[in-house]
Amino acid sequence: MDFLNSIILLTNFIIVPGITYGSQLALGAIGVTLIYGVLRFANFAYGDLMAFGTMIVILVTWFLQSKGITFGLLPTALLALPVGILLTIAVSLFFDKTVFEYYRNKKSDPVTFIVVSLGIMFVLNAVVRIIIGPNDINFMDGHKFIMKAREFKQMTGLNEGLALKSTQVITLITTIITCSILFYFLNKTKTGKSMRAYSNNEDLALLSGIDPKKIVLLTWIIVSILATVAGTLYGLDKSFKPFTYFNNLLPIFAATIVGGIGNPLGAFYGGFLIAFSEIGLTYAYKKFFKYIMPEGLEPSTLIQFISTDYKFAISFAILIVVLIFRPNGIFKGKVI
Amino acid sequence: MIKNSDFKICFSVMTVLTILVGLFQSWGIALSMLNLCLISAVMAMGVNIQWGFAGLINFGVMGFLAIGGLATVLISVPPVPEAWSAGGIGILISGLFLLAVVFSVLIINKRIPNHKYKNYFIFVIIILSIPLLKFIAGPSISKIESINAATSGFLGGANLPIIFSWFVGAILCALVAFVVGKVCLGLRSDYLAISTLLVSGIIITIVKHEEWLSRGVKNVIGLKRPVPYEVDLQNSEWFIKLVEFLNSSKLSNVLNFDERTSLLNELVISSSGVFVKLCFSLIFLAVVLIILYFSEKALNSPWGRMMRAIRDNEEAAKAMGKNVVKQHLFIFMLGSAIIGFAGAMLVTYDGLFTPSSYQPLRYTFLIWVMVLLGGTGNNYGAILGGFVVWFIWIQSAPFALLVIKIFTNHLEETNYIKEHLVNSVPYFRYLMMGLGLLLVMRYRPKGLLPEKIIKN
Repeated sequence: MDFLNSIILLTNFIIVPGITYGSQLALGAIGVTLIYGVLRFANFAYGDLMAFGTMIVILVTWFLQSKGITFGLLPTALLALPVGILLTIAVSLFFDKTVFEYYRNKKSDPVTFIVVSLGIMFVLNAVVRIIIGPNDINFMDGHKFIMKAREFKQMTGLNEGLALKSTQVITLITTIITCSILFYFLNKTKTGKSMRAYSNNEDLALLSGIDPKKIVLLTWIIVSILATVAGTLYGLDKSFKPFTYFNNLLPIFAATIVGGIGNPLGAFYGGFLIAFSEIGLTYAYKKFFKYIMPEGLEPSTLIQFISTDYKFAISFAILIVVLIFRPNGIFKGKVI
Repeated sequence: MIKNSDFKICFSVMTVLTILVGLFQSWGIALSMLNLCLISAVMAMGVNIQWGFAGLINFGVMGFLAIGGLATVLISVPPVPEAWSAGGIGILISGLFLLAVVFSVLIINKRIPNHKYKNYFIFVIIILSIPLLKFIAGPSISKIESINAATSGFLGGANLPIIFSWFVGAILCALVAFVVGKVCLGLRSDYLAISTLLVSGIIITIVKHEEWLSRGVKNVIGLKRPVPYEVDLQNSEWFIKLVEFLNSSKLSNVLNFDERTSLLNELVISSSGVFVKLCFSLIFLAVVLIILYFSEKALNSPWGRMMRAIRDNEEAAKAMGKNVVKQHLFIFMLGSAIIGFAGAMLVTYDGLFTPSSYQPLRYTFLIWVMVLLGGTGNNYGAILGGFVVWFIWIQSAPFALLVIKIFTNHLEETNYIKEHLVNSVPYFRYLMMGLGLLLVMRYRPKGLLPEKIIKN
């Protein structure tokens, strides 16, 4: 019984939140990595692109709610998602046409791209804050819990409860669907393969008759979809605040580099690695050891590796360790 | 140096902006803007040394500013004896432990050159040392933090004049930059940008959450000043006489004695604020000029030419026998030290240390906009960027308000859109910054004052 209890405890506090947060980071990191692989720069505006997409989703959600349309048990935001994706694609393509294309044609160095992406970051930051304000917004509606901790306890008779929020399940399912489609596209379809070829060797791809304009267009479309989906899932699970989205850029970058920059599968694993280390290393295992240790040997301290204040710092520290020992990332980067 | 046209442009822009604000708004606002412009100029010169001279991208500006700020607390605040006696020894022991860990890692790294499992071994040592450190320091930290938690709850500082802290902040930053540089400088440009950004995130987390050291989110207020206080000025004879003398024409118009005294009182109070700011301005201006002088000297010396050579063609510089790694590390430390100096100046001017206010947008990317807008590789450009960007940053909210008022003049005061726009006025500064940066990068990629290379 104690063993089961300890397993449930870990599932409730580490595994379920880890999978949810990991999926959100993974989706974001794949977007960053695709931009890096195809367009060859680190996009600092990505966090704000996520915020922009989520903002559109929220606005459409409010509009639908005011018209009395909901999605039954599921959050209305899922209905609003396609509109958000479309507008985010439009914004990405707008910035590509007005800003990035010029520097791409000039073959500027990566640093110039980073700097102009900073400019876009400022602009998007302002646009989001002007339209929707800097405050915390909770736009989750529909059924909140699939299983409450109390119900689980009654059902199984265990001491520990297992709570399952519907957003957590939605996040997981959406991530599985999105990633399967994406990896199928990249690995099996002709367009996906040409994208990988372009990322691997630009000149050779051009020689084989791959149209670079099409590849760039496609990349921005995929990236915008990923950004909006990841942003919306994060917002549903926690809440929407422009500043948090900007800050989330940092663990996303960490996940991207840990997984090997330019490598989508690596970014996917990187997201989960970062999420699980953030949650696993800041969790206090006192209760867990109470269950599995024999009586009399229970720990008196919290058994916490590092305090929760340092949650963000963990991902940065992992990144720095990876950068020192394996600068290419854990999964060899630079080919999508 | 004075003959330089950039110098004239730079300082005339500064004077004109200050006078304009002084005439149209008030002299108090103008001087506080000038002071922050000067501090920004120092920050921008620090970044310019790294990016403009050596091509090193440092997105960790925020972290170094915070370290400079921390130095003001550690130097100028009076120590808390109760806290020292409660947990001082524990903190010292854990500090020694940390040093021991660092040295053992260094020794292992040196002594065992190429062992298969060396890296794993070092990794395990570091991982084990963190819980151990917490175990050693934990009790003393909670003791320190529980002493007068509402007013102190930290170890305090050295109770020295705050001016020292500027130099200490610079030295601390150089030390941190040494460690960061050892770790990160080998990386390619974009990796370096990301990793320095993340390192600054770690630094901010530490400053924010180690309350025994910095009071963390509880902030340190009422820091010392290198200039007189307003209250002291208002009570000192010479200052009142000075104000009387400066405003003698205004005062002579008033014949009634009581009215004259009250007017004089008002004038003394308002001008004491201006006087304090003016003192700050003079100190900051001196700092800007000194750093400018030295960095111009350095830029036009053989060393500066070598740095430019390394920046423009690293391989060629290496082939000529220049130690690129060493020079990069040195210039990274130098630039960070100047940024730290500016960080300490900023906290001194504000009179309070608020770790939670350090955000990358304001303290890293804005400084970068200053350098890029002003002109990379040109010290005058960095100063001009500091002035112009800070001016826009401060003035864009009132400007946006004006524009909104003009365009929504036909709408009623209670109109939803108008209210919403008026409330979001502060965020227009981000828009201005972003657009400014994009336009400059497109049409003047070298900045307003491009780099000028003097050929002998």
